[in-house]
Amino acid sequence: MKSFTYERASTAEAAAQAAAKNSGAKFIAGGTNLLDLMKLEIETPQHLIDVNGIGLDRIEATPEGGLRIGALVRNTDLAANETVRRDYGLLSRALVAGASGQLRNKATTAGNLLQRTRCPYFYDPNQPCNKRQAGSGCSAIGGVTRQLGVIGTSDACIATHPSDMAVAMRALDAEVETVKSDGSTRSIPIANFHRLPGDTPHVETALEDGEFITAVVLPKPVGGKHIYRKVRDRASYAFALVSIAAVIQADGRGRVAVGGVAPRPWRVEEADAELTKGARATSGILLDGARPTDDNRFKIDLVERTLGAVIAEAKG
Amino acid sequence: MQFDTPATTNPIDRMKVVGKPIHRIDGQLKTTGRAKYAYEWHDADIAYAYGYPVGSAIAKGRITSMDTSAAKAAPGVLAVVTTLDVGDLKKGQFNTANLFGGSQIQHYHQAVAVVVAETFEQARSAASLIKVDYAEEKGFFDLEVAAEKAVKPDESQEPDSAVGDFDAAFRTAPVTLDARYATPDQSHAMMEPHASIAAWNGDEVTLWTSSQMIDWWRGDFAQTLGIEKDKVHLMSPFIGGGFGGKLFLRVDAVLAAFGAKACGRPVKVALPRPFIANNTTHRPATLQRIRIGAQRDGKITAIGHESWSGNLPDGSLETAVMQTRLLYAGENRMTAMRLAALDLPEGNAMRAPGEAPGLMALEIAIDEMAEKLGIDPIEFRIINDTQVDPENPERPFSHRDLIGCLKLGAERFGWDSRKAPATRREGNWMIGLGVAAAFRNNLVLPSGARVRLGSDGIVTVETDMTDIGTGSYTIIAQTAAEMMGVDVDRVAVQLGDSRFPVSAGSGGQFGANSSTSGVYAACIKLREAVARKLGFNSADVIFEDGNVRSGNRTVPLAEAAGVDGLVGEDTMTWGDLTETHQQSTFGGHFVEVGVDVVTGETRIFRMLAVCAAGRILNPITARSQMIGAMTMGVGGALLEELSVDTRRGFFVNHDLAGYEIPVHADIPHQEVIFLDETDPYSSPMKAKGVGELGLCGVAAAIANAIYNATGVRVRDYPITLDKLIGGLPDVA
Repeated sequence: MKSFTYERASTAEAAAQAAAKNSGAKFIAGGTNLLDLMKLEIETPQHLIDVNGIGLDRIEATPEGGLRIGALVRNTDLAANETVRRDYGLLSRALVAGASGQLRNKATTAGNLLQRTRCPYFYDPNQPCNKRQAGSGCSAIGGVTRQLGVIGTSDACIATHPSDMAVAMRALDAEVETVKSDGSTRSIPIANFHRLPGDTPHVETALEDGEFITAVVLPKPVGGKHIYRKVRDRASYAFALVSIAAVIQADGRGRVAVGGVAPRPWRVEEADAELTKGARATSGILLDGARPTDDNRFKIDLVERTLGAVIAEAKG
Repeated sequence: MQFDTPATTNPIDRMKVVGKPIHRIDGQLKTTGRAKYAYEWHDADIAYAYGYPVGSAIAKGRITSMDTSAAKAAPGVLAVVTTLDVGDLKKGQFNTANLFGGSQIQHYHQAVAVVVAETFEQARSAASLIKVDYAEEKGFFDLEVAAEKAVKPDESQEPDSAVGDFDAAFRTAPVTLDARYATPDQSHAMMEPHASIAAWNGDEVTLWTSSQMIDWWRGDFAQTLGIEKDKVHLMSPFIGGGFGGKLFLRVDAVLAAFGAKACGRPVKVALPRPFIANNTTHRPATLQRIRIGAQRDGKITAIGHESWSGNLPDGSLETAVMQTRLLYAGENRMTAMRLAALDLPEGNAMRAPGEAPGLMALEIAIDEMAEKLGIDPIEFRIINDTQVDPENPERPFSHRDLIGCLKLGAERFGWDSRKAPATRREGNWMIGLGVAAAFRNNLVLPSGARVRLGSDGIVTVETDMTDIGTGSYTIIAQTAAEMMGVDVDRVAVQLGDSRFPVSAGSGGQFGANSSTSGVYAACIKLREAVARKLGFNSADVIFEDGNVRSGNRTVPLAEAAGVDGLVGEDTMTWGDLTETHQQSTFGGHFVEVGVDVVTGETRIFRMLAVCAAGRILNPITARSQMIGAMTMGVGGALLEELSVDTRRGFFVNHDLAGYEIPVHADIPHQEVIFLDETDPYSSPMKAKGVGELGLCGVAAAIANAIYNATGVRVRDYPITLDKLIGGLPDVA
């Protein structure tokens, strides 16, 4: 870990301004991912802006009938929220499928969106990694890839996004609200929030330097059955090999997003239209253009099979 | 005392304390955080410095230059010691890979430097500033490729074995199996990483460390540093798990010593978690071939087991065929092991070395063979039971009740409810039952102890035995209490200090039986001293209820001790009973699994182990050993694999996020039954070990249960869902 300076911000605007003043600054909230990465010197911020004291820890109804989730709402609190459990069960289920109780108590809504890949090559500073050190090369390609991505990847990076929560957010069409250092705000659809790696896998989100997430907004509830099915090697405390987040209506129509397969929560809106035709048709479009390795080719089959079970469960 | 004839009646047989379910006497220290582990020794008056290691970034080659200037100039840095600075060091007797010293790199994350600073954080930060230039050399990292050039190892290792005419018997057998199996590299992944504090006083050094084998470490530590063994004082009273990973001197101790010398202060060094996989030892992967031929009535006529494993030059075999030489009858037999040259980190002992991976293969093969024969797999094992060493039939087992384990287990587990493969379904769960035999030899090592009787009547045991979480403190206290006729709370036990008599240490499931036998021997000496002091004829003295009694004279033990107290010290040594008699432990593992028909996820529903392992010294600590081992077996069956990057030559998943071991949610209710038995050939304790038996066969029982659930036979571990999914029913 490199030495760093530290300050506490009292408002979101102040946090964004502080970040603008300090190039190489990072916000820290729960710190459940950032601190690990700092210890390994994968992240080397010179300055930490602690945002735990800025509020933004409430879950409120929006005038449009949706829900505004403050950036600092802890994963545990979000999963347990009555409105979330009633109207956005998918989100609650995705949250409790992730991490451990202790981590969920610390981890925040915004931080969860910003967690970084678990690619083992990213985690070993001796190995080239375009995400860790731009232009150094990808040592994962041709290496041990069972956990890694099958779609949306590039010749520069085949890492996956590890979040469960974000997959549910993607299926629910969440929007990410931010404030920039100049005080201006914007709302970024979750579909545009996480970037595909292309030639620049170190650029992971649409956020600008110093831009600060203030909330995640869910549109009004869409009803239907909410199913989050996470497939993993052990029963708990493991990242998804594949996860399916689906909202399926009584008539079989719905929406689906997939985790564990891509550099971002993976959703293809055209595939949603195929849900009434079944899992094969839907996953065929979802994973069209997939480029699996020999080690992770099973994920293609696994997505289709798991989606089939999810559709069956929704009917049952 | 030499144990060279079978035990007759002795004070242990009273079983007033030994054999009782006594909670571990060090338990409260551990649950309240007061048990001091190696890194935690902290005297407020001592200015400890902190060392952080730097590991090689390449797998094979040599260092051409190192630049430590930036690290030395970093805040708080007191010293930097590099592998070039110290030059070539003499390797420890028990080490295969060089731990430190010189320019040669033998494996990834080999220690190349230690940075010592005022704080841990400063040391870690400065460590990343060291620049190392390497001349990389081509290495061999892929066992499947290297196995083609594997060789018969030298005579120091296990030779091939052959009885009868295996080839002819196999060729002519009416029912045969010829199958290949693979087990992966595995990491000990113990909770406490290797950690040491070294403090010099002139030419003497004190080392607090985490070691299973105090005397081995002491000798190898001295040899590596080039000092006399008697200049080393080593302490390791509490150990946060070892599983074989702390049998042999590790580099944290060496770096702490060099760091402390360089900065003139005591230095603490803990290995970072990634070093556990790539810097220390691991269980080597194996490729195995098993051939079995049998008559239609199930009698095995030919059994052959071959295994290939890899290691660094001078490294040892993973002895995966050893149980096959002893477990089942069969007139024609062969085993062979071949060693491939690999440039991965050092392979060495991990819990039940040899038997654990060997049974992972053999006990699937037995299940496959039973199916081919149309015989229940338990019945097939019973048909081929043997009461003698099958390679040497005049050599009997001292005591063998595998059949008893299997029969009782079958009854308790409801084995008769087992259905044909892939026929039992509840919702999305395909459910199956599996069984495997457990087998592991009873090893014994010399073990010494000193027992003091104080004027307060307190019995104090001193031995360099270690407690790696197994319960050594408790069973040693029970042994001394039984021998001296006192309650267990009148016994104090001090372990893990090189000033105490040399013991067996912890490993190979030899610790419990050997170390308590050493305490038995020392207590015999102390009893004689007490009798002598009181003028009693030692043959008819009874130690009971805190008193010494002879005829109608009874003296309180404290009084007998006198103001100066009395001491007994002895070492138990072993005659040839392990040669004249095959001494082993036995068990049956029973498992029920569910496999998700959609995803192929396997979850364990029930586990039962029935064990025949001689006298059980303490059913609580023995059960803990068993359920811990069974949990490890679940990891071995379903999760654990050090993934090799065969291009770059290292274990990629070198943290606990990547190297998955079972969590609570993976483990169901576990039941353990110990058969009530004693083995007078094993020791005066009539006990054997269980710490490794509990692991032996578990993974195969799970593999067999998965087959019973799904009809998919996986012969390469771990059995992850990607290996099952192609054979599961179409659900789309």
